[in-house]
Amino acid sequence: MLLVIPKECRAGERRVAASPENVARLVNMGFAVTVESGAGLAASFSDDDYRAAGAGIEADTRALWTAGDIVLKVQPPDQHPDLGVHEADLLREGGTIISFLYPGRHADLVQRLQARKATVFAMDAVPRITRAQKLDALSSMANIAGYRAIVEAATCYGRFFTGQMTAAGKVPPAKVLVIGAGVAGLAAIGAARGLGAIVRAFDTRPAVKEQVQSMGAEFIELDVHEDGDGGGGYAKEMSPAFIAAEMAMFAAQAREVDIIITTALIPNKPAPVLLTDEMVASMRPGSVIVDLAAETGGNCALTVPGQAVVRHGMHIVGYTDLPSRMAPTASTLYGNNLAHLLSDMGGGTGFHINLEDEVVRGAIVLHEGTLLWPAPTREPSPAPAAKAPASAAQAAPAAAAPAARAATTASKPKGKSGHGHGAASDAPPGSGSLIALGAGALAFAGIGLVAPPSFLAHLTVFALACVVGWQVVWNVTPALHTPLMSVTNAISGIIVIGGLLQVSGPISDPAVVLGGLAILLATINIAGGFLVTQRMLKMFSRD
Amino acid sequence: MPVSLVTVSYILAGLLFIFSLGGLSAQTTARRGNLYGILGMLLAVLATVLAPQVTSYGLLIGMLVVGGAIGAVLAARVEMTAMPQLVAVLHSFVGAAAVLVGFASLLGPSTGLSGAEARIHEVEIFIGVFIGAVTFTGSVIAFGKLQGVIASKPLLLPGRHVLNLAMIAACIVLATQFVGVEGPGGHPPVMPLVLCTVLASLVGIHLVMAIGGADMPVVVSMLNSYSGWAASAAGFMLANDLLIITGALVGSSGAILSYIMCAAMNRSFLSVILGGFGAAEGAAPAAGAAPQGEVVAITAADTADLLRQASRVIIVPGYGMAVAQAQYPLYEITKLLRERGVEVRFAIHPVAGRLPGHMNVLLAEAKVPYDIVLEMDEINDDFPETDVVIVIGANDIVNPGALDDPSSPIYGMPVLEVWKARTSIVLKRGMASGYAGVENPLFYLGNTRMLFGDAKKTVDALLAALRD
Repeated sequence: MLLVIPKECRAGERRVAASPENVARLVNMGFAVTVESGAGLAASFSDDDYRAAGAGIEADTRALWTAGDIVLKVQPPDQHPDLGVHEADLLREGGTIISFLYPGRHADLVQRLQARKATVFAMDAVPRITRAQKLDALSSMANIAGYRAIVEAATCYGRFFTGQMTAAGKVPPAKVLVIGAGVAGLAAIGAARGLGAIVRAFDTRPAVKEQVQSMGAEFIELDVHEDGDGGGGYAKEMSPAFIAAEMAMFAAQAREVDIIITTALIPNKPAPVLLTDEMVASMRPGSVIVDLAAETGGNCALTVPGQAVVRHGMHIVGYTDLPSRMAPTASTLYGNNLAHLLSDMGGGTGFHINLEDEVVRGAIVLHEGTLLWPAPTREPSPAPAAKAPASAAQAAPAAAAPAARAATTASKPKGKSGHGHGAASDAPPGSGSLIALGAGALAFAGIGLVAPPSFLAHLTVFALACVVGWQVVWNVTPALHTPLMSVTNAISGIIVIGGLLQVSGPISDPAVVLGGLAILLATINIAGGFLVTQRMLKMFSRD
Repeated sequence: MPVSLVTVSYILAGLLFIFSLGGLSAQTTARRGNLYGILGMLLAVLATVLAPQVTSYGLLIGMLVVGGAIGAVLAARVEMTAMPQLVAVLHSFVGAAAVLVGFASLLGPSTGLSGAEARIHEVEIFIGVFIGAVTFTGSVIAFGKLQGVIASKPLLLPGRHVLNLAMIAACIVLATQFVGVEGPGGHPPVMPLVLCTVLASLVGIHLVMAIGGADMPVVVSMLNSYSGWAASAAGFMLANDLLIITGALVGSSGAILSYIMCAAMNRSFLSVILGGFGAAEGAAPAAGAAPQGEVVAITAADTADLLRQASRVIIVPGYGMAVAQAQYPLYEITKLLRERGVEVRFAIHPVAGRLPGHMNVLLAEAKVPYDIVLEMDEINDDFPETDVVIVIGANDIVNPGALDDPSSPIYGMPVLEVWKARTSIVLKRGMASGYAGVENPLFYLGNTRMLFGDAKKTVDALLAALRD
């Protein structure tokens, strides 16, 4: 089975569908791989790197496309500028292609591929379920976009991110607001925190609060309570009252923060405008806005998609190719996603298309020319293939991993009731039933009736000692439980007294021999127990 | 020395023992506590030796010196990883001593008691010997299992509960043949007591044989408790209050420790004692749904990178760390990271190790300062703010299934919630399940990385990578 990796032909695209590292992995899986000459150059991978990883190199684009059983690409097939022919027509009749496709937006492209009787998988249509995380290319690209957004912001921003106290004076830290805490938003939070900025974040879904806080940012909450979870990790449109409160908050924040990263997307709709002209004007001059929703219109009214512009003295960055700006990493992660998909489909030796597989069914658009998209929605996890074509700078979907984690927390059984002995000491065991109490009382009455006074005196001592022991031992810190055991071991050697009292007779008396042995054993205990405790306690040292 | 002076000394010794246990409430006062214990013991032994009943000293001093020497050598030589074995063997000595004292008390000079007092005395002997024998053989078996001489797998005889009950019932029958019966020599016959000793020994063996390796901390603390009750019973038969007090202290202490261990495993004391856990159920780990996701491995070098970038790290050690003796390089890593300003702490689950508090001792031995070693309750809320968690040689105590999977055999057991941290790194030999035989979904989570290999070698490699 031959995989071919052509050079991306869209202007400005620096990524390639697989890095040499991915190629080595694909070769290991039993695939033969051929890479178009120069395909990886923009991502800093040379032809020699690919050769070393076990790939063949083909200079002729047409020959490459014709030879391949499966074509791996990043961008959807497009008009090839050098050959003057559409890539869909380069694909051999009945061939297979895997790439980002956005079939909802590219109906004509789907028709073209259908005419070629092609089998087509769209990486953007992979269902967002736990099992498919490793091949979720939208998430891996969103992660890169979020990181890069901070890097772009830092480039435009003329001040430190981290606060510093220098001999020359004090520099305050930058304040960053991240709107939308999906994969991209969380990555942006992480990157901004890493540079030392103060970060706050807002999201219409209260469930992501914990994730935001775990990344070290402050979560902004509104007084209006409404859950914006639209399912599948996306947000939904909010009520007018909520939006009014939200806009008031953004207006207040805009006056305060230096950098705003917006990542708000709603499936199948233009991005909501969250930052108005006035809000931008109210910011401190030199502030930066990076709009990750630029491709679908932008969250900022002044965004120009694909460009960085200056308005009212603020930098407004609307790049739509952020992952491509990190081509080596983006290519490797995308290649990993592809490799996981191919491995799930049986690898080079057992490759087959199993339409029963939820992931395959979600991602497949055409099967030998038959349109299978969109995949039927399945419960309980809605297949987002039916939901939304989304851009590579896709932002709103929450990382499936943290979401799963949040679910784990939510379903934690009975809170903290079972936690350790802290709780236990409040309610010691044996607070038994009335029956037990009654039986105990009867037993005591019975003893009282028959036992002689001398025995009762000992019983008193015994009962009191039990209570004292119970109280004292609960105070022992758990870290010292082992020394506690060895010291109690030592003092239970007190049984030596029993032996001592019985050895004062002729050696022929069996009682004396037994008593002597008892002394021997008990003394081992006493000496061993105390000395080993001493040894252990000496080791406990403070910092 | 007059009897009243002896009694006063005993009272003082009893108080010193209580202070001794009280001293263990904090590390700062613990050494003083141990000293109180030693003083109390010296006082008690001295007072007894000088008491009017004791008239010959040769055998007595000889035994004290020999026993003391053996104990001192044992204490000086024992490895800290072998502490559970030492504790078990010391318990067995107390049990054996209780049996010997019981027999000596029976065969020794007549007590001059009569009527109800004599009957009670005989019952005391019988009970003392019974508890002593169970403690003795139980501890010997526990020692064998901890030492690895006996397979730690639980031995499950058919009808074992009935068997135990039958043996105990037989002992009660024997008691009726003993108490109040006049035998040769003016005291009750020896034979029923001997038979009882044999049966009690069998009960002790059988009881501990049926308990699996993971429940050893409970068994050891339970035997600790028994050894206390045995001493108390000896106190009753000798009418000695000091023995009674001390035995009660030790008995309560062991009972509390057993209770804490059981609570930490969400199991009832009875279910542990009746044994069998981790055998039959363990064979079929796929009780619940098989964990979803993929196991992702990581190299020592990548782990070192993660640690360098982290600002908060928590290390979760388990018995595997002790077995591999990895605590020393682990502390080197801790020191290195702390020098670089990384906050490093240790999280200890109550049942980590083979003895309550065992991990603390092992870390203390490697010179880890005790103020960065925290208990589960103290640290569990801090995991969400932690960058990297290193789990070394632990499995069941970090199993998220215990919280969210009702079909899991360990469901409801409080665990260290390591998966809430940014990244958890699990050091493990292979993909085997823990003692409970339960599949661990932690390994399959997206933010978990597996660092496979022998714990010691892996930690050494990690240390080398960090030093680069």
